[in-house]
Amino acid sequence: MKMVEAIVKPFKLDEVKEALTKAGVQGMTVEEVKGFGRQKGHTELYRGAEYSVDFLPKVKIQILVPDDKAAKVVEVITESAKTGKIGDGKIFVTSVEEVIRIRTGEKGDDAI
Amino acid sequence: MKRGTTRCVFAFLAMLLGTSLAVRYSLAAEEAKAPEPAAEAPKAEAPPAAPGAPAAAAPAPKVPGYFGATLDDPKKPSPWPDPTGGASGVWATPAGDSKGDVPDQLKLGDLYDRIAHNLFSINIVWTLVTGFLVMFMQAGFMFVETGLCRAKNASHTAAMNFMIYPLGCFAFWVYGFAIGWGNWWNGPVPPGWYASLGPGLSVLNGGWGLGAAVDAAGKATGAFTYGIIGTTGWFLNGGVNDVAVMALFFFMMVFMDTTATIPTGAMAERWAWKNFCLYGLWVALPYCLYANWLWGGGWLAQGGLNWGLGHGAVDFAGSGVVHGMGGLIGIAGAICIGPRIGKYDGHGRPQAMPGHNVPMVVLGTFILAFGWFGFNPGSTLAGTDLRISFVVVNTMLASVTGAIGAHLALSLKGMKPDTTLLCNGMLAGLVAITAPSAFVNPLGAAIIGFVAGILVIYSVFFIESKGIDDPAGAISVHGTNGLWGVLSVGIFATGEYGAGWNGVVRDEMVKLYGADGVRGLLYGDFSQFIMQIIDCAVLIVFALVMAFVWFKISDFITPLRVSKETEIEGLDGPEMGVLGYPDFQLHTSQRIVE
Repeated sequence: MKMVEAIVKPFKLDEVKEALTKAGVQGMTVEEVKGFGRQKGHTELYRGAEYSVDFLPKVKIQILVPDDKAAKVVEVITESAKTGKIGDGKIFVTSVEEVIRIRTGEKGDDAI
Repeated sequence: MKRGTTRCVFAFLAMLLGTSLAVRYSLAAEEAKAPEPAAEAPKAEAPPAAPGAPAAAAPAPKVPGYFGATLDDPKKPSPWPDPTGGASGVWATPAGDSKGDVPDQLKLGDLYDRIAHNLFSINIVWTLVTGFLVMFMQAGFMFVETGLCRAKNASHTAAMNFMIYPLGCFAFWVYGFAIGWGNWWNGPVPPGWYASLGPGLSVLNGGWGLGAAVDAAGKATGAFTYGIIGTTGWFLNGGVNDVAVMALFFFMMVFMDTTATIPTGAMAERWAWKNFCLYGLWVALPYCLYANWLWGGGWLAQGGLNWGLGHGAVDFAGSGVVHGMGGLIGIAGAICIGPRIGKYDGHGRPQAMPGHNVPMVVLGTFILAFGWFGFNPGSTLAGTDLRISFVVVNTMLASVTGAIGAHLALSLKGMKPDTTLLCNGMLAGLVAITAPSAFVNPLGAAIIGFVAGILVIYSVFFIESKGIDDPAGAISVHGTNGLWGVLSVGIFATGEYGAGWNGVVRDEMVKLYGADGVRGLLYGDFSQFIMQIIDCAVLIVFALVMAFVWFKISDFITPLRVSKETEIEGLDGPEMGVLGYPDFQLHTSQRIVE
């Protein structure tokens, strides 16, 4: 099993969700997060003076998928979350040792 | 002109030296309800600068006593004083029994009385309703100032804007009204003038000043050549128990609270609560003293009679009295208290400290602009003075050109139209039109507002560059443009309105123009402009000296500024004990105490 974590622009969330649902993903977890990358945030104006916003708001999506579906999910997210501009985000894929469904006690792929 | 200036210099010297030989104090408070001296007062003030004026030559035509607060027919049931003045202008109240009105037996005089009662009624209702609008401006100030501060100080900033209302009102009741309006009745007035709110205002006839006027019997009339302070009406005591006085008190009180709440914007996010409370009780002192000189019949209003300078200092609704005073106390306070931590970097460059709620600022601006439709036209103290429609249109035009002017100034500086600065622009236009609103035409009003909008932008950046931290822009909006408003009377006043204002009727002006209205330099009276400059100079010196002394002294009683730790944490918790936005804190939703 793989954990796909994608950090995307907040206004792209709906689009990504639609695309993933169409691709057969059954569930996901979403978090509002803040952070910065290579550009180190950006600047805003207030009464004529600039100030920097170090941590920009983003949305983090977590999806657990069977090994064979991971590549497809990454492809769908990459397509749907892309604007082509700075700050589109990143996708991390990691291996997961075990998954347990709390209600039934099912394990492994059955629990996804 | 030259002679007038010399006399003006002499007057200043006399005041500064304050020698007891030249100074004659007189206190006439206890003769409050006695009608005769009061009725004499306007005549006693007949301008020495205008010898042989038509009003002085012919004997005055007889008018019913309630216009001059006299009893002209002792055999009739007393129309005035009645216990609280509630029946002003009416011999008898209409009633069903034989003792009341019988319509077909009413004489012309009786009808006249009833019409006069209606006149006073319209004026009192107008004054009260416009006063309600001005009171609501407190909410506008709260929104603007709180929106422009950071979320961690929201509860504290809102609380200052809230408590200044009770604290300021309390002080105004105790001593403010008395020193500001206690000698109101003896101020300089046009020929034929009567009190728009009713004859009961004649009880406001006690004060101190220089050069006490005496009647034929050598008795002090209560009028002064240079009025300085009023002394009637402490705690609104029984001596001023009158409907007209109550209307005047209410209207003037809500005006003072506007002044009182301006410095809270300039000193927001660092002012210690205890020190602020002391300030709330003090602010009535400088405000009411200066208001006495302009509106209470004092020496600046008498500048026209004494020195031949225009109509004396003219400030219709208080660009100087209300806003200039507030802005100048604000700048003194902001200098004394110092900038917020982090406002300036190591090189002294100003840093942005974004306000936490911009829509709140816009809402507050609209509430203020709405309240201004009470502030300016209400200052006629008379719904029967039909000039109010001009005042309203002028107020509106200056507010919109203020916002447009600010937008233009921002564009010229290559900046985006910052929402909060556009709001400052509209408020600047409103502040500037406050003094001239009755005396200018719509074109003049539009120009005054436009200049104010540009002025406020440059003023905001100038003040900031000098190391003075003003989170709300209060100094630029109210101080800079309050002074501009006072000056603009001396430039744009058309002379169409205000004939005989402050008791000045000049023969040469009447010959030239038909009437001697308030006239700026563009319309032929340069001396009015000089008087407005003197007024501004007096205001700046008086307000700054009073405020600096106060903030320095009060700092010894209880510190002006909160501790560094409190300021960094936010004033809401440490100072108020209540957070503005508790839900923004990370905490467990429910804490169970075992």
